[in-house]
Amino acid sequence: MPVNYSPPPKSTPKVIVAVTLAAAAGIPFLFLGLVLLLTPVLKPATIDGLLSNAGIDPSWRTPAYVAALFVLALLMMNYGAIFSGVITWWERRVAGRIQSRIGPNRAGFGGFFIFIADAVKMLLKEDLVPADADALLFRAAPYFVVTGFALTFVVLPFGHSLVVTDLNVGVFYVTSVTALVVVGILISGWASNSKWALFGGVRAAAQVISYEIPAGVSIFVPIAMAGTLSMQGIIRAQGGLPWEWFVFRNPAALIAFFVLFTSQLAEANRTPFDLPEAESELVAGYLSEYSGFRFALFFLVEWGNIWVLSAIVTTLFLGGWQIPFVSAEYIDGLRGAGVLPSLAWWGWNAVSMAVFTAKTIALCNLVIWLRWTLPRVRVDQMMGLCWKYLVPAAFACFVFTLFWELAVSVAPRIELVSGVGFTVIAVVLAVLFARRVHQNIQAVQGEKIDLSNW
Amino acid sequence: MTPLQTYFPLAIAFIVAGALAALLVGAAALLGPRRPSAVKAAPFECGSDPIGSARERFGVKFYMVALLFIVFDVEAVFVYPWAVLLRDLGWSGYIAMAFFAFTLVIGLAYVWKKGALEMETD
Amino acid sequence: MPRKIVIWVVLAALVVTFVGVLGARMAEGAVLPEIILGPLGLTDALFYLFAAMTFAGAATVALSKNILHSALGLLAALMGTGSLYVFLSADFLAVTQLLVYIGGVLVLILFAVMLTNRITEVKISNASLGLVGGGALLVATVPVLVFVAIATPWATIVPAELAPTTREIGNAFLTRWLLPFELASLVLLATLIGAVVIARKELKQDEPDTSVS
Repeated sequence: MPVNYSPPPKSTPKVIVAVTLAAAAGIPFLFLGLVLLLTPVLKPATIDGLLSNAGIDPSWRTPAYVAALFVLALLMMNYGAIFSGVITWWERRVAGRIQSRIGPNRAGFGGFFIFIADAVKMLLKEDLVPADADALLFRAAPYFVVTGFALTFVVLPFGHSLVVTDLNVGVFYVTSVTALVVVGILISGWASNSKWALFGGVRAAAQVISYEIPAGVSIFVPIAMAGTLSMQGIIRAQGGLPWEWFVFRNPAALIAFFVLFTSQLAEANRTPFDLPEAESELVAGYLSEYSGFRFALFFLVEWGNIWVLSAIVTTLFLGGWQIPFVSAEYIDGLRGAGVLPSLAWWGWNAVSMAVFTAKTIALCNLVIWLRWTLPRVRVDQMMGLCWKYLVPAAFACFVFTLFWELAVSVAPRIELVSGVGFTVIAVVLAVLFARRVHQNIQAVQGEKIDLSNW
Repeated sequence: MTPLQTYFPLAIAFIVAGALAALLVGAAALLGPRRPSAVKAAPFECGSDPIGSARERFGVKFYMVALLFIVFDVEAVFVYPWAVLLRDLGWSGYIAMAFFAFTLVIGLAYVWKKGALEMETD
Repeated sequence: MPRKIVIWVVLAALVVTFVGVLGARMAEGAVLPEIILGPLGLTDALFYLFAAMTFAGAATVALSKNILHSALGLLAALMGTGSLYVFLSADFLAVTQLLVYIGGVLVLILFAVMLTNRITEVKISNASLGLVGGGALLVATVPVLVFVAIATPWATIVPAELAPTTREIGNAFLTRWLLPFELASLVLLATLIGAVVIARKELKQDEPDTSVS
């Protein structure tokens, strides 16, 4: 029977283009703008000041503070959800290009609204609980995963003063709160009463906890270099220019950076470490029996974690929000004595946020690129890579850093030498890579496929 | 900042995330169809009827991994406070920690040698 | 059935206590925001919340017949305890609780359940045993605990400032408590070796290894 297929029109109506572009520009503008505005304002001291300025009874202080925090938490949660939605669209577009196909192109200009269409579809699906499943645990598992994700999101520094709460034990907390996700995955696998789900759940849990070890040990390097566990403190110990970043300032940190990035990929169950949901062997792993919005919650966290892992790596090794040639102390000084900070302070905060977001999104793209480039590893390879390569490498980095820090205390200049040297090497490698890519593109110019159909 | 002010946002984030997820799952339950059937409720097993119990016994390797994880986790807990102090401590702290880390590396080497890190079950 | 009654009685007692405390504060006369969060204070309210969470979790561990539900209860109890550490300004300890107990021990317990040779009846996997002995132990310990709770001069002041504890802990490890610190590494080493020995014994058994990975 012939399928009645009508190709989409070659040119998208102008209204749809305009709406899509407005949404694509508006969503980050809205969310990042709200983070910029609200995180510095919704602090106890500022709320006190605002209340006393408005002449409101100070007994409203605590309720106001609680309400403010609710707003902030809701904002962060929505930021994570919307970002993970946008990145599912972006990933599918990039995958399309990498595989010489078009990718989603129907909902909106360039298929941008596909993530909204997905969410609506998930909302309208039947909510199934398999027979013989442990209904309570089956229903509870997604909440562990979602809350674990939200608890990481609130401690990520978005900019100079743009963090919901800066914990003294920040990095330590971020590595430990993954525990909730592990428990959620394990419970979801067990509760489903399905073989695939159980295998996937146990594999996922074993993978995440294994890779937490190299991640935790490689984090020692930036901690030792910064002398603090606070996320903002670690960023402040770095600088805006590449040779002031931790990744280049210490040869061991460069290795630790790759160890951490790899382990974070594995912890987020991203390719090449997506064994827990290896379609060809485990159907969908611990997600096999989930449907409807519970399934969507797992996926929201999975893509949201791309942002989280990129933000953590940016914070620890790539200088976070530090702006080149502008010191954090200079921005501190601009704040002024008023209840609300001065305009220049807001400006520099916006710039710092732009720097952080740009670095993080660059890493997110790297994560997506890796997914569509590398094949999946086997279970034994995954475990072997972790315990036989990454853990010893992380320990070696850690021991080297000890010597390095002792050497730095004698001759501080070696940090600068290492920083500039590695920066130059990195730039040279990037240029060589770009030239190679350019040559490859030139070589296949003739056989280019028509991808103009957005 | 009091401990409460620093950690209160975490409690709120926990509540908001849970509430939001519950809201969405609830909305999905209201909006979606509800036509249960025995076939739909059966666990997925490539279309055939499930064979045996899904709650299989698992390889002891996974237990090993969890044990290894705890050991290195506890080790991390000991090392974090020390790594923060590294710049102030100098050689004395370095030697103390070198002994600590060395013991663990011996442990890892032992586990490796005994083949507990191999994941193949056969 | 009696199990369910016990659970409900415990929960009801908690709610009644909480409402009672709230009511007592309200009776002292407070304006609107204070009725919600006033003299009782946000700190107190949160403290009761986390204490209730710990208690409810612990009760679930003891009373649930399903061992996985008990594990879930353990999670709540451990998280509640961790949160209570924050009230003592011991944030490093709180996060350690999260990392080691929830991330490590709880996951280990879950793995152990899955390792167990076929729990066919999951629903009654956590049967009550030794009621008489448990009862005797309860009778013996409750007076001691109550006495301690009443007789101890508790420090009731919440620390005003959150002092970073990480550095002090590091200093303590490497100066005064150096020997226990180094001994801890030996304990960890012993754990590793013990784990390997147990795992090898498991594999040496003659029965064909039917486990899956």
